[in-house]
Amino acid sequence: MPNSVPNSVADTPTSETWREWLNTDTPRSRFQARMGALWRGFTRMTSNKLTLFGMLILVFLVLVAAFAPLLAPHDPYAQDLGKRLLPLFSDGHVFGTDSLGRDILSRVIYGSRITLYIVALVALIAPVAGLLVGTASGYFGGVVDVVLMRVTDVFLAFPRLVLALAFVAALGAGIENAVIAISLTAWPPYARIARAETLTIRQADYIAAIRLQGAGAFHIITKHIWPLCVSSLIVRVTLDMAGIILAAAGLGFLGLGAQPPSPEWGAMISEGRKFILDHWWVATIPGLAIFLVSLGFNLLGDGLRDVLDPKSSSDD
Amino acid sequence: MSAAIETRELNVWFGKGRDRVDAVRDANLIVPQGTSHGIVGESGSGKSTILRALVGLVPTVSGEMIIEGTSVTTPRNGAFYKTVQMVFQDPYASLHPRHSVDQVLNETLKLHGFGDREDRVLQLLKDVGLGEAFRFRFPHQLSGGQRQRVAIARALAPQPDILLLDEPTSALDVSVQAEILNLLVDLRAERSLTYVMVSHDLAVVAHLCGEVSVMQNGVIVETLPVEKLRRLEADHDYTKHLLKASADTGHA
Amino acid sequence: MTDAPLLDVKGLNVTFPTRDGGIFHAVRDLGFTLGRERLGIVGESGSGKSMTGRAILRLVRPPGKVIADHINLEGQNLLDLSERDMRKVRGQRISMVMQDPKFSLNPVMTVGNQIVEAYRLHASVSKKQAKQKALEMLEAVAIRDPERVFRAYPHEMSGGMGQRIMIAMMLVPDPEILIADEPTSALDVSVQGDVLRIMDKLVKERGMGLIFISHDLNLVSAFCDRILIMYAGRVVETCEAGKLHEATHPYTRGLLNSLPRLDEPRERLDVLQRDPSWSA
Repeated sequence: MPNSVPNSVADTPTSETWREWLNTDTPRSRFQARMGALWRGFTRMTSNKLTLFGMLILVFLVLVAAFAPLLAPHDPYAQDLGKRLLPLFSDGHVFGTDSLGRDILSRVIYGSRITLYIVALVALIAPVAGLLVGTASGYFGGVVDVVLMRVTDVFLAFPRLVLALAFVAALGAGIENAVIAISLTAWPPYARIARAETLTIRQADYIAAIRLQGAGAFHIITKHIWPLCVSSLIVRVTLDMAGIILAAAGLGFLGLGAQPPSPEWGAMISEGRKFILDHWWVATIPGLAIFLVSLGFNLLGDGLRDVLDPKSSSDD
Repeated sequence: MSAAIETRELNVWFGKGRDRVDAVRDANLIVPQGTSHGIVGESGSGKSTILRALVGLVPTVSGEMIIEGTSVTTPRNGAFYKTVQMVFQDPYASLHPRHSVDQVLNETLKLHGFGDREDRVLQLLKDVGLGEAFRFRFPHQLSGGQRQRVAIARALAPQPDILLLDEPTSALDVSVQAEILNLLVDLRAERSLTYVMVSHDLAVVAHLCGEVSVMQNGVIVETLPVEKLRRLEADHDYTKHLLKASADTGHA
Repeated sequence: MTDAPLLDVKGLNVTFPTRDGGIFHAVRDLGFTLGRERLGIVGESGSGKSMTGRAILRLVRPPGKVIADHINLEGQNLLDLSERDMRKVRGQRISMVMQDPKFSLNPVMTVGNQIVEAYRLHASVSKKQAKQKALEMLEAVAIRDPERVFRAYPHEMSGGMGQRIMIAMMLVPDPEILIADEPTSALDVSVQGDVLRIMDKLVKERGMGLIFISHDLNLVSAFCDRILIMYAGRVVETCEAGKLHEATHPYTRGLLNSLPRLDEPRERLDVLQRDPSWSA
């Protein structure tokens, strides 16, 4: 299979043929056509330096989370009250220690797992729910549209964090409930986007054409409308991710998300808040981690918009 | 032999109450099997609406539509779509932007329950004058004429008897228009197809069709054989007006 | 055409960088002169005909590049002008009518105000005088009830009406040259004739130069004095409109023969065989 990371061997003679294979205007197989489309998207995205930077940050985040036990110098839960609140670059504790003498670097490294967990779950739940509701609403119209959209409006009418707080209060504090609460508040905008896109796509001749082949509503929605909505949703989700991470951190900060001693970044900031004037690094380091990851998602989202937006990519 | 298409007192409207617009009024159309019928008119005359009503894309319809001797059902069934297919005006809008040619044809064949789809896709591409090289291309890698060929291949996939053509060449350059018109003439001969073609261009309709209906404001004002049209012997004033306007702008 | 040409274009090239690092020539070494006449530029999509019109007005957006020996408007090279001076040329001395009036008129302003504004941008006159002039122009483009149309919004107008308004607006500052880019392609045949006749009459009366850009060979030959036929960015043939049927270039012949004709039925249409040497 000639598709194994062709760009990593840019100088070998075979890479030239691979590039030709991928860039050809006359692909000879379904597989080649799909790989070519992916490759063109990938080159377009990586040609923007900022996008590449955002992508690198997120790859870095995933690697850190995956290899946390290998990378972390200490146990993130091990307390040592004799070594509490050590400053930056102390012996064995590059980012210092917190109020219970736990190594901040190790906690930030393990915290990346929690952040990824939240991000992955929300990214799975909210847009999918929005896509289902929005496309059904837009395609069927009429009563279905009215009912689904009024429900969406009800959810949209609540301030996001307040609604999340209410849900967590009802369901109980904890990271899973925080994810559910955030997802419940995050889906309505996706439903709106998906509906708006569906309304325009529904009128298109290619939808009329497939109806003339006897295709049913389910087939049309899943095979023809979803692929076109998904790209704008992916862009929106990526751009929203920063907000979701902040919301999760906010819940953690308020003590309604991840519970101690879990090294969630928001909860860490909350703990460090008590010492912010004398021991600034305790709250700052997890804050920087949140900042960096949010930035990564935003940069990637901007790049994805250029690649995936059907308005800019379909007519080139 | 019964007519391929017959409509009796066909009415199509949009909106309701005060906003109701009658797009087609009491249209009676008879298209015998194996012949080609043209519908000409200006924008808003309802010429495309008749085609869309026939295939069930417009729900608000009254009157009778008879295809090969049987009244159509609403919603249309699979057998109907195996008999009647349509080619749309704008080849840039009638192909899904994310589906390759292969996907488009494969999906259509699958929906109609055909086996041996590999061979059929290749045969269809050959029939419309596209080589195998085009099979895995996406619409943005095709020219307008090539896209329209793919759209025609899609319409031919279920092996229909009747093709409805909604201004199939108006979005194309004249040299490409000639290629597509020739293709349509060849396909008609090979597969003994019945065509109904809608166009604003009298010369294009006359080239392909034996009989022409002229529409104005939703009403078929005149139906005449193409020979009469060529001799500029129209009975209705509106047809005369169209012929004159066409000549005025250099389209003799 | 006794006097010096209004417009003299020589060695015009328009290029665009392509994604894979190459250069795409939209227009190559184009040259023509325009007197007080009606010049048609005909070509298929991608032939560079529209790009030529834009290049003359310096409306080609970056990364597109316009290079020319000169584009002289009555002896003044437009390429030497600053963007500020160029703005005075656009509209005042050279006007342009685009294909679809829906996209060229401001939807939230009345037709009258748009014409008045266009006029006052170029001439220092009072509002009252401007309105007077606008009404005159609307009348000149055969609008029966100019007062009503003056107060109407663009969406209340039909396509043909919209295009007449566009022509009125473009002609209000008395330009010397009108560039019409597919001005009637979005219109019905019966309306096309009316709009073209109005445009033709005004251009003649005012002694203007007209550049008529279209894909429609027959239409152009019916309304112009001279025709340039473009293919792949080049002019392949220039001929008198009345002698179009005597055209010799295989591309022009091919275009003519590929059209179905009402008066002579044919079983098959001739298909244009493109020769790579035409664009070389």
